[in-house]
Amino acid sequence: MLQVSIYRYNPETDAEPYMQDVQVDTGGKDLMVLDVMELIKAEDATVVYRRSCREGVCGSDGVNMNGINGLACVTPLSKAVRKNKLVLRPLPGLPVIRDLVVDMSLFYAQYEKVQPYLQNHTPAPAIERLQTPEEREKLDGLYECILCACCSTACPSFWWNPERFIGPAGLLQAYRFLADTRDTATEERLARLDDPFSVFRCHGIQNCVNVCPKGLNPTRAIGHIRSMLLSRAT
Amino acid sequence: MVTPVTSLGRSGLYDWFVQRASAVILLAYFLFVGWTLVCGVDYEAWDALFSQTWMRVFSLLALVSLCAHAWVGLWAVFTDYLTERMLGAAGNALRLLAEAVSAIIMFTYFVWGIQILWGL
Repeated sequence: MLQVSIYRYNPETDAEPYMQDVQVDTGGKDLMVLDVMELIKAEDATVVYRRSCREGVCGSDGVNMNGINGLACVTPLSKAVRKNKLVLRPLPGLPVIRDLVVDMSLFYAQYEKVQPYLQNHTPAPAIERLQTPEEREKLDGLYECILCACCSTACPSFWWNPERFIGPAGLLQAYRFLADTRDTATEERLARLDDPFSVFRCHGIQNCVNVCPKGLNPTRAIGHIRSMLLSRAT
Repeated sequence: MVTPVTSLGRSGLYDWFVQRASAVILLAYFLFVGWTLVCGVDYEAWDALFSQTWMRVFSLLALVSLCAHAWVGLWAVFTDYLTERMLGAAGNALRLLAEAVSAIIMFTYFVWGIQILWGL
């Protein structure tokens, strides 16, 4: 029997959050953490969490498993469980709505700030804006982000300044459009990132790289943004 | 957003650059001083070294770098931990107090350093 300790909080009935201990029979199989959560929910339907695709594509079920953020659906017990114990908590740093569900408003507000869409004011060509394979290659490792918020909520700089530091997820997307040869708003984008918080609260501790379920590297993207800012200003 | 008036250069890039440049200067200075000490130095040689203008300029450069480096670093720490989010309304007052105390300490060391270097 797997020992699971799960964070419970229902603001309508609980004065404060508490940890609930549950025993789960995994049948000796190396289930995914989401499977365990489904087994718990089958016994106690009041347990609340987000989930959708259950295969690491939608990014809904980002949770904190034994202290490490990740997607419950693609994290096997063999990777998450320590000494037959699994502690499930909501993503840290964001307000809890209920149980494992967090309010992502701050996260999305930062994403919105980087204007995550292509901007090009030159006349559109008849068919499409073409890129060479080399230009397209620059977007690899950037466009794959699914906005699960595992990285930003693992980042102390985002915990302390979520209104002012854009966070690794937003900055990865900021660089995704800075690196896009079809985007012509590079100058305006860089000008908005020059303050002491938006980019420069990153101290390069790489918690984001450590937890990204898609294996992306926001720290490297932030380094590229810094280099672009520096070469523009010297 | 409101640009902070207490950051060193009011630009993230400027503060970041100053912190890196000052770190290089500090490394060069302390390696030089360390190397001088390891090679063995008596009072006369030490006094002769610091009576040369280039050494005084180098030392003052290191002192200015130390102040700038410390300000950028401490400012980041204060604006992380001494905030309204972390400490409630008292956070803002505490942060301003911490910044003021740090600034006074740094300025004192800076003036005192000039006095020592030029033997005023």
